[in-house]
Amino acid sequence: MSNANTSPPPGSGSAGGFFSSNPLLTLIFQRILLGFVLLFAISALLFVGIEILPGDFAQAYLGQSATPEAVANIRKELGLDAPLLQRYLGWLGGVLQGDFGTSWANKASVSEQIGKRLGNTLFLAFWAAIVSVPLAIGLGMIAVHYRNRFIDRLINIVSLAAISLPEFFTGYLLILFFAVNWGVAVFPATVFADMAFTDRLAAIVLPCATLVLVVLAHMMRMTRAAILNIMSSAYIETAELKGLDAFRIIAKHAAPNAIAPIINVVALNLAYLVVGVVVVEVIFVYPGMGQYLVDAVTIRDMPVVQACGLVFAAVYIILNMVADVLGILANPRLRHPK
Amino acid sequence: MSDSATSDKLLDVKDLRIEATVYPPGETPKDIVIVHGVSFTLEKGKVLGLIGESGAGKSTIGLASMAYGRGGCRITGGTALFNGEDILAASKARVRDLRGSKICYVAQSAAAAFNPAHRLGDQIVEATVLHGVSSRAEAMERADHLFEILGLPNPKEFGQRYPHQVSGGQLQRAMTAMALCSQPDLIVFDEPTTALDVTTQIDVLAAIKHAIEETGTAALYITHDLAVVAQVSDDIMVLRHGKTVEYGPVAQIIETPQEDYTRELVSVRSNIKPEAEDQTKPLLTIENIDAAYGNSLQVLFDVSFHLPKGQTLAVVGESGSGKSTTARVITGLLPQRNGRVTFDGRDLAPKLADRPREDLRALQMIYQMADVAMNPRHTVRDIIGRPLSFYFGLRGREKEKRVIELLDQIEMGESFIDRYPAELSGGQKQRVCIARSLAADPKLIICDEPTSALDPLVAEDILKLLMNLQKETDVSYLFITHDIATVRAIADSIAVMYQGRLVRFGPKSQVLSPPFDDYTDLLLKSVPEMELGWLEKALVERKMEAAGN
Repeated sequence: MSNANTSPPPGSGSAGGFFSSNPLLTLIFQRILLGFVLLFAISALLFVGIEILPGDFAQAYLGQSATPEAVANIRKELGLDAPLLQRYLGWLGGVLQGDFGTSWANKASVSEQIGKRLGNTLFLAFWAAIVSVPLAIGLGMIAVHYRNRFIDRLINIVSLAAISLPEFFTGYLLILFFAVNWGVAVFPATVFADMAFTDRLAAIVLPCATLVLVVLAHMMRMTRAAILNIMSSAYIETAELKGLDAFRIIAKHAAPNAIAPIINVVALNLAYLVVGVVVVEVIFVYPGMGQYLVDAVTIRDMPVVQACGLVFAAVYIILNMVADVLGILANPRLRHPK
Repeated sequence: MSDSATSDKLLDVKDLRIEATVYPPGETPKDIVIVHGVSFTLEKGKVLGLIGESGAGKSTIGLASMAYGRGGCRITGGTALFNGEDILAASKARVRDLRGSKICYVAQSAAAAFNPAHRLGDQIVEATVLHGVSSRAEAMERADHLFEILGLPNPKEFGQRYPHQVSGGQLQRAMTAMALCSQPDLIVFDEPTTALDVTTQIDVLAAIKHAIEETGTAALYITHDLAVVAQVSDDIMVLRHGKTVEYGPVAQIIETPQEDYTRELVSVRSNIKPEAEDQTKPLLTIENIDAAYGNSLQVLFDVSFHLPKGQTLAVVGESGSGKSTTARVITGLLPQRNGRVTFDGRDLAPKLADRPREDLRALQMIYQMADVAMNPRHTVRDIIGRPLSFYFGLRGREKEKRVIELLDQIEMGESFIDRYPAELSGGQKQRVCIARSLAADPKLIICDEPTSALDPLVAEDILKLLMNLQKETDVSYLFITHDIATVRAIADSIAVMYQGRLVRFGPKSQVLSPPFDDYTDLLLKSVPEMELGWLEKALVERKMEAAGN
């Protein structure tokens, strides 16, 4: 927090006349500012972190023919002989203009590649989210309604089992049954630029299902816990004594008050859908960010690794920031001050 | 109401029996009976008051007449005929149909009973619309009309507000509007004014009474305050330990009670302690205290009073008047901005951290919520023994002996020494807290509403104990309360506070006799009296004064 608050003069307490009149805007503005500061810090951390990693692109690239002269030539060619700070500032300047530099390995523009890859990853994440978020919240509400009864236990056990199995195992199981044995699904899930929309959807069914199974339990259990917590409130009793039916009580009276913790865990899982897909993309040979990153790491293609790292960090920060802001907006005390 | 039913009986409860399962620590769960075969009838448009101390089963009975068991309560016997239909035997769907349309509920704490996420108007008409009683537009119109009857400000816009945007008294009235909206035959009022300040209570009480008369609905009015229920009821049923003690018309219960227990309730708080004559030698003096939370929110303005040794100063006022903040300044929890606190002839350091241990010892506190003021994992021995070892370094046998002495002093005795707080009743918990403060051998005990969470008869005993201890140990009490009856009973001097300012201070006889300032006058006139027709008289007096001004 302290980083974000460097702009107002020390001791002034609030963020100035305009914002002090609207506490909601102040809070949201603070979150956004904090997000930028965080992103900036991460960019520095990424750059330095990669710098101190062992291994060298020039040596990996040249392999057996890595004479000192050849290594020095490549380093010079890539600008690696310049001081760290100068390289960082140069890179940062490019990033701010949307230019992530060029890949060391194939000299292609990293921004262009990421454009395509990120699109694919977001496509997969989007559909996984569309399925998993309503499903998780719905199941959570059902579990609350039948709490401690058979249906609640069943939902809990199945979702726990799904989260306990690693993605690569779930993924291969799905491939084995749905693609190999029964032949109802497509494998591999490779998509191309000129593919029809329906074909794309068909291609991502299995990776999407794998992701849904992985993120479902966490969101479902949080929804259940958050709503259960609310169910003992006096206003739930009021609703019951107003003769409302059980699902209306859960959906209309309990859920809106449980929204902040639910949004938080949903955001974390959405971030995981984008950032954590590395394994799933590799299994299903899906051309997204994860595979791009894994390929770049093996050949120490640092501009690509940095770019992927920064994009992943940005996704995490943005989603959490959105969750924060939505959590604030969900609080009627802040939305409607006295 | 133009209802042409053949019988006037609206609710006929017979042999109602309610049980619950309790889980005592370290023992096997067992079933206990909460209500033992209670019967009563309520005619259309009448009000029945259910009265008793906590644990008497009055709320449980009220909720049972909506076929609802709170917590683990189970209705295990009896019938409750509502318009001739046994609602205890009705299907869940049928019960849901009745709730919120024919039978409505007004909860004790409207602040907790309204959903913070929805507008008041939406919540008020929700059940009416959902049960198909009327269309949303009609319900909204009726709600506006009810807001007006109930004396809410800006009735047209009130429904647009969220619960946190209105005051406690307004919320309680909004809750009543919610109950009245579907034009029910019966409303269960569950201590609707208990959580309010006495000056607010009278308005809400008048609004409820007016609305009941206006709409012709019948009501079950649950409360522990006989003076309150006497103002609104036609009949009264006195309950104790889940059994009926006495049941009859209100005049009979108030004027010629038959049972000893009812007589005790009627006569409660009649012991008046004569005030001390010499009030000139102060033990504690506070002068021109200003205090604020944070940088901006000033809550105390120029407060001064003093308290002599061995006497009781009652600090009175409604919530938000600064009573507890004054206590926080004296104890050093909230250092004052201006002014000084003198104790036993010396200045007290404003900050708690700067005070010597001797000052800490001489100044002890008792809190309103005894159960949260004790560590639930400590036994009574640990709780009372802690100040003994902390201030006096007592150990082993010596400490044990002193703990037992203190337990005798609070009239509990050695047998309680190994109990945990959860194994004590509300009154016993407060006694242990008193023993803990006495253990420090203090000169002053600040009592922050120590009896307001207790039932009247238990509170009475606690007050008697405090007065006896004062005689024995010559300790002074700074007694914070909003209850004028308590003040009359125990105070030597009184400080009346309003909105952070001292409005009146002096010996009890002076403060409680005219001429009054406006606020003290309002405060004194708002205290319900055990007298039929008091509410109307008080309201008329108020109106006359308002007209006179």
